[in-house]
Amino acid sequence: MEEPYEPSVTIEEAPVEKAWLHKRIDTKDKTIAFRKLRARRLNEILIEKFFFINGLLAILILLSIFSLLFVKGFPAIKELGWKSFFGSSVWIPNSYSTPQYGILSLITSTLMVTIGALVIAVPLGVACAAFISQVASPRIREILKPTVEILAGIPSVVVGFLGIILVNPLIAKLFGISNGLNALNGSILLAIMSLPTIISLSEDALRAVPNSYKEASLALGGNDWQTLIRVLIPSALSGIIASIMLGMGRAIGETMTVLMATGNAPALTFNFLNAIQTMTATIAIELGEVPYNTTHYYALFVIGLVLFIMTFVVNLVSDIILQKYQQVER
Amino acid sequence: MRILNVRVWMLVIGVAIGGFALIGPEAQGQNMIQVKGSDSEVNLVQRLAEVFMQKNPAVKIGVTGGGSGTGIAALINKQTDIANSSREIQPKEEEAAKSAGVQPFRVVIATDAISIITHPSNRVSKLTLEQIGKIFKGEITNWKEVGSKDAKISLYGRQSNSGTFVFLRDSVLKGDYSPNMKAMNGNAQIAEAVKRDAEGIGYVAVGYVVNEKEEVMEGIKIVDVAKEAKSTAYTPAKMENVMSLKYPITRPLNHYTNGKPAGGVLDFLRFEISGEGQKIVRKEGFFPVQKDWMEFNRKQGL
Repeated sequence: MEEPYEPSVTIEEAPVEKAWLHKRIDTKDKTIAFRKLRARRLNEILIEKFFFINGLLAILILLSIFSLLFVKGFPAIKELGWKSFFGSSVWIPNSYSTPQYGILSLITSTLMVTIGALVIAVPLGVACAAFISQVASPRIREILKPTVEILAGIPSVVVGFLGIILVNPLIAKLFGISNGLNALNGSILLAIMSLPTIISLSEDALRAVPNSYKEASLALGGNDWQTLIRVLIPSALSGIIASIMLGMGRAIGETMTVLMATGNAPALTFNFLNAIQTMTATIAIELGEVPYNTTHYYALFVIGLVLFIMTFVVNLVSDIILQKYQQVER
Repeated sequence: MRILNVRVWMLVIGVAIGGFALIGPEAQGQNMIQVKGSDSEVNLVQRLAEVFMQKNPAVKIGVTGGGSGTGIAALINKQTDIANSSREIQPKEEEAAKSAGVQPFRVVIATDAISIITHPSNRVSKLTLEQIGKIFKGEITNWKEVGSKDAKISLYGRQSNSGTFVFLRDSVLKGDYSPNMKAMNGNAQIAEAVKRDAEGIGYVAVGYVVNEKEEVMEGIKIVDVAKEAKSTAYTPAKMENVMSLKYPITRPLNHYTNGKPAGGVLDFLRFEISGEGQKIVRKEGFFPVQKDWMEFNRKQGL
């Protein structure tokens, strides 16, 4: 039990005592309040630390992935030299006679499907974003935007399946070739997969343009089309470019879809109607069976390293652009 | 209150994870047999396992594909009890197995004939081994070179983890596949692709395109294969052609285990090569184990 602080005299009787009494009550309250505060502070500090560690963890994971790829890939580079990787386009690690590890054709294949996907997805995506943000009535917008975002949730293996049974015969018929398992097929599927990113972020960027810009343009006699093309899109350009870069990052790293739809023939080609094999597909196909700690195993990590650097640069650039865009808006 | 809720949730999740961790090892009891590997064998072994499990309800067998290379790698890494392999284990793999303390033990469970398939509209009905080799190496690129219409040959093959890929490369091509060959995920995918491609050619395990009544799958044509230009060409669809080795691309389908098997695994292997098991093999479109290989199995102590 704590010391009681009941007044031994009434307040009227002893005014001097009264002040002292109040002081005591105050201290008592303060201790309770302080305890509560301290408990809350402790909780807060713990939670804060928890989030800090999580944030740190993300960076640590990124760094360790990079160093893992580098450490695992280095033996292959040391053994074969940079030239046999980047100076050749013949990839036959499981050769009958002499294995070769040229990854040039794998890099160009990845770039081909990525660029192909962007050529299809950017006009469609930006147009769709413009429609949702500027033209569509609120009701249509309410239906359209969630629908587009659901599109992002389709598993890549399902998209790849569509590529085999739907896009494949369609391309074959359209171009009069015997089959449609090629770079064009991969591009179309990757375009579908990067559309949600492009639409969603571009739409946000377009909507973030202050209404006064639009009003000013309309007041000056510009019609809706001119306002959109000459005022709104240029003002939102950095956001739109960032969305495109993020969509591109998605396309470069995508594995299952291209693995299923592009035919996986590692020959060097620049024709979109030829079968190709991307870097991601190569790793996915070969890592399952490669004996550990062999040249082939290390060579796959070199591909992983190149892929990582490519996606990292794309994401970094999009982040820089996005940040710049946010600063402008402020 | 909210913080309390978070704590409660953390507790619940923690207990759940802990619980699963405890339950996990129990679920993988002694009677669970893992079979992994060859895509050519996966349906066959799945069927054999189903019948075996009906007779021995205490034994559970899980069969997955992935390719012969994947199966052997899993055996070396001790992630599977039985590796399916449609090719022999390679010296490199044997070395890796030895250094990992794994002793590959081979059992032959069926006979397969690698079938060369084309679109039904293709006029080519017979090819020599040399022609097949040249086509897949990319030295023959037009159908008119082997007697069909003037059209570019569209190649379908398997990924390098496939036993069929390695077997054909080592026994027929004796060289590397053309970089223009489209690498498909499995036998069924090759058959589907060739069905849709008038200029396509591919190779698959016979069980995927022929049934036990020796009927060829609809939409597919199987090319007769001759050993040399002068010799007769035979189809892999007929059992006698394969069992007499007249069809030149035949191979045994194998299981590999770590050391001589015992317990449930041994029972399952014995069932597979028994008369009843071999009947199922035939029903799935493959052929029974050849005499020499059956003798090999006996010598192995099965």
